[in-house]
Amino acid sequence: MLDLQGYGPRLIEGAGVTLQLAVLSLILAIVLGLLTATAKMSRNWLLHRTATVYTTVIRGVPDLVLMMLLFFGGQIGVNAISDMLYDNYNIDIYINFNAFAAGVITIGFIFGAYMGETFRGAFMAVDNGQIEAGKAYGMSSALVFRRIRFPQMMRHALPGLSNNWMVLLKTTALVSVIGLTDMVRVAAEASRATHEPFVFLLPVAAVYLLIASVSEWIFVRLQKRYDIGFGGQ
Amino acid sequence: MANKPTPLEVRNIKKRFGDTEVLKGLSLEAQKGDVITLIGASGSGKSTFLRCMNLLEQPDDGDLIVHGEPIRFKVTKHGREPADWKQVVQMRAKLSMVFQSFNLWAHMTLLENIIEAPIHVLGKPKKEAIEHAHALLERVGLSARANAYPAQMSGGQQQRGAIARALAMDPEVMLFDEPTSALDPELVGDVLKVMRDLADEGRTMVVVTHEMSFARDVSSKVIYLHQGLVEEAGAPAEVLGNPQSPRLKQFLAPKY
Repeated sequence: MLDLQGYGPRLIEGAGVTLQLAVLSLILAIVLGLLTATAKMSRNWLLHRTATVYTTVIRGVPDLVLMMLLFFGGQIGVNAISDMLYDNYNIDIYINFNAFAAGVITIGFIFGAYMGETFRGAFMAVDNGQIEAGKAYGMSSALVFRRIRFPQMMRHALPGLSNNWMVLLKTTALVSVIGLTDMVRVAAEASRATHEPFVFLLPVAAVYLLIASVSEWIFVRLQKRYDIGFGGQ
Repeated sequence: MANKPTPLEVRNIKKRFGDTEVLKGLSLEAQKGDVITLIGASGSGKSTFLRCMNLLEQPDDGDLIVHGEPIRFKVTKHGREPADWKQVVQMRAKLSMVFQSFNLWAHMTLLENIIEAPIHVLGKPKKEAIEHAHALLERVGLSARANAYPAQMSGGQQQRGAIARALAMDPEVMLFDEPTSALDPELVGDVLKVMRDLADEGRTMVVVTHEMSFARDVSSKVIYLHQGLVEEAGAPAEVLGNPQSPRLKQFLAPKY
């Protein structure tokens, strides 16, 4: 039997952190991705430019560097704000820049840039006639988005989205550098202490695989759902 | 009885794409029950003109008055635009368009296509919209295809379905943009028959078409466009039966 030498509960806790981190980052990444795609397709110069700078910077700098920049930079920023509040308004608060929040924000920001490109391509793949029909029947832009553009875009976005999600899931392992105790950190700690790396790392690998398999199953179902009406491709 | 406002009035519409002026000042007035056909060679501007009527294209100049309400425009650095998009959205709900390539929403069944705008744009109760949709499907001979997706239907069925979708809005005016041009010849008849029934029941229609027999037999007015200008207009018997301009004579002449 697998003997986790008392690290079991902490590993499970760590797996929970990994999963929460991944899911929350995914949600942020999707929101940012949709915004980025919209901004990139906008004819507003400033929006377009901002989105381009965002995707270029994020995709060009290593995830690890970004994560540390945001975590340490974020704490400095928060400190500066609380100092300012104290000096000017005599409000005394201390905000600890939460490592979990920093992790979600960094990973969300990184993958928002990738999602932006995925969504942009998917939006451009939607037949313009479908959108024109919506407009011609008196739909507002918001309604056209919700009822036509989004559901039709999704079938093109899902393959890229699922790919991004898999990479995102594994990127969560980086958060241990900013002090978050995800399951990789627990396993690494336990391996060092017990000199038995396989006992801890193999279960961790299995958990990642399990999450990946479940997500793949979900994505296959989603793809089926969004392919309805498109001739069973 | 009080004067009912004119369903659709467009005045002096101008439109350019880059350096090419495709519409050089076109006007049209559709009174209730009018069936106006726009004919002309490819590139004459007839489809662009039609698309300016529901502002799928933005005209560079000219007025658009729907059901007595003038659409307000403003000039921005991108050119002339509607001043109030809400007004445009409300205006479009009064004009239904039938497209050359049908443009039924691919991810919805035929029935869902028909009830979509009545529910989400007009705010009709779902039950009522579905009942109305079934009646319309029966009219266009598609009762059996209510739950089919557009990709599972023939072009002729899709276009008749698209006409049912247009009717579900109970529009002031129906705009048809070459409704039979993408169809196999043997499917054209069914679509034209549905359109003819609509004309007979007094629907106001503006139709861009290459079907001269439809123009001759069904329309109350024919407008022949050439290079963005009205070359000839009038009753079909005059315009098609006794064309004056050499160009229209040539356009109507047998091609072989």
